[in-house]
Amino acid sequence: MLNLLLSRLATAIPSIVGVVVVTFMLTRLLPGDPAAYFAGLAASPQAIAEIRHNLGLDKSLPEQFVAYVGDLLHGNLGNSLSTGQPVVAEIATRLPASAELTLFALIVAVAIAIPLGVLAAVKQGTWIDHLCRVVTTAGVSLPVFFTGLLFAYVFYYLLQWAPAPTGRIDVFLSPPTHITGFYLIDSALTGNLEAFWGALRQLALPAISMAIFSLAPLARMTRGSMLAVLGSDFIRTARASGLSPRTVIFTYAFRNAVLPVITTLGMVFSFLLGANVLVETVFAWPGIGLYAVNALITSDYAPVQGFVLTMAILYVALNLTIDFVYGLVDPRVRLDS
Amino acid sequence: MLPLLRHARYVLSENPVTGLAFGLFALFLIAAIFGPVLAPYNPLQSNAAMALKPPSAAHWFGTDQLGRDIFSRVLVATRLDLTIAFASVILAFMLGALSGVAAGYFGGWTDRIVGRLADTIMAFPLFVLAMGIVAALGNEVINIVIATAIINFPLYARVARAEANVRRDAGFVEAARLSGNGETRVLLGHVLPNIMPIMMVQMSLTMGYAILNAAGLSFIGLGVRPPDAEWGIMVAEGANFIQSGEWWIALFPGATLMLAVFCFNLLGDGLRDIIDPRMRT
Repeated sequence: MLNLLLSRLATAIPSIVGVVVVTFMLTRLLPGDPAAYFAGLAASPQAIAEIRHNLGLDKSLPEQFVAYVGDLLHGNLGNSLSTGQPVVAEIATRLPASAELTLFALIVAVAIAIPLGVLAAVKQGTWIDHLCRVVTTAGVSLPVFFTGLLFAYVFYYLLQWAPAPTGRIDVFLSPPTHITGFYLIDSALTGNLEAFWGALRQLALPAISMAIFSLAPLARMTRGSMLAVLGSDFIRTARASGLSPRTVIFTYAFRNAVLPVITTLGMVFSFLLGANVLVETVFAWPGIGLYAVNALITSDYAPVQGFVLTMAILYVALNLTIDFVYGLVDPRVRLDS
Repeated sequence: MLPLLRHARYVLSENPVTGLAFGLFALFLIAAIFGPVLAPYNPLQSNAAMALKPPSAAHWFGTDQLGRDIFSRVLVATRLDLTIAFASVILAFMLGALSGVAAGYFGGWTDRIVGRLADTIMAFPLFVLAMGIVAALGNEVINIVIATAIINFPLYARVARAEANVRRDAGFVEAARLSGNGETRVLLGHVLPNIMPIMMVQMSLTMGYAILNAAGLSFIGLGVRPPDAEWGIMVAEGANFIQSGEWWIALFPGATLMLAVFCFNLLGDGLRDIIDPRMRT
């Protein structure tokens, strides 16, 4: 168990090194002279030279890289130009909003995709199989920002079922007491039903837009791996032994078919984290995606770079978790390692 | 050639949706080539008197906040959107196929370097990496092309590597080597042409994603700048009017974008069935 964890951790190290090198390169690729940029338009050459020295831009690239890694280890991602706040602090306060949205979207995607994929495989060639194909092809074709806008128009403007697409909770409700930063969990823990309902209503549309976009790989893989498992000998034996179809499908087939589905979660998270930026923009969701987009508009680069690095580290960590869970679920992988 | 055509006809008759996708593709190509000629209005001409008018006989898709004709803008934008997507797919193909084929054929260090590069790119959520690249390189259309090509690079490199690896010791490669061809010549003249069909499928499969990615980047204000007509930025402009009920500004460019991506995804699936039936799912 500990060995499994350690071997998985070791595989993540090259990814993290790669991520840090790439983000360092991105900071040094900034258009023009970063020192002149940080000094502002009216700066004198002396001021620019001083800033260049303060930023360490007069040193050689390897020295700059060492300084960059040192800053990262101290949790220093620089300051935002427009707010003057440290980027790390701003990202940390906004992260729960993004995490809640992304995880909720994942739950919605899994809740739709897995039953759909299983049904499509069990009833291969029927209308539900075709539905599965249409939903998956349409899902990846829908620009997530467009689906979000369409939902906002239909469910907020036309039907008025959903609240205004602005933020995590209605302006007339106060957010729940801060415990985890997840409004749904916090309000449930404090028994604040009004806030729970309010947060859920705000969360529904952005989460569903993201889920539709990202459920395709899950549904396709569930269908494909269920089909493969259902055609294998042990299923035939189980059927021939007179087990009920329910037992055959859920206990025998599904438990084996779910393994490849877990590995596609990595791709699903890549989709979700990217879609997160667009959906947060559409729904004015106060997460790190919206923070980065607003910083981009004002050419404030430190938050954008902090955001890219945070997302990449999160993604590496998520992939690591997926790998680890896979090892727990599938004993064969554990024996190999 | 003839058997391939017959097979294509068989696939099309089996799957009429692919035929539909080919039809749509032709429409998009016509719009991309002749868009500026066909557009009934000047896509950049504003007209304050006609601002925010819903669809009518004169303006099929309505007008935007500056009174510009949305139908003309959607039509003209086709060229820019498809050019970005085509250019990035071709760039990704050139980078990915060449390095992938070399990695699979030579193995060793080449393989390790290309593999590490692909893994590093895949360690990022792809859209986020594209954002970072465009932000770093500068807010230009060409940088959208580069960013989209970079995030697609691992897909091409991996497929090309796997295919080249299988063929490394194939009979025809041995024969080419024995008749005195240098390694580079064997690689480019014999191995690469043999994996082209699979790379073509890969290209059509990633076209839809490339369009989506480019439109997403311009939606958040990267690359294409107003007043240029581009589907993503038009949806972004329309987003400000959704809450007051002017749906047509965002709907038409968004629906066109969706249709284009849908068309390319179906086309990719169809092409795969024609060229490589083994990969059919």
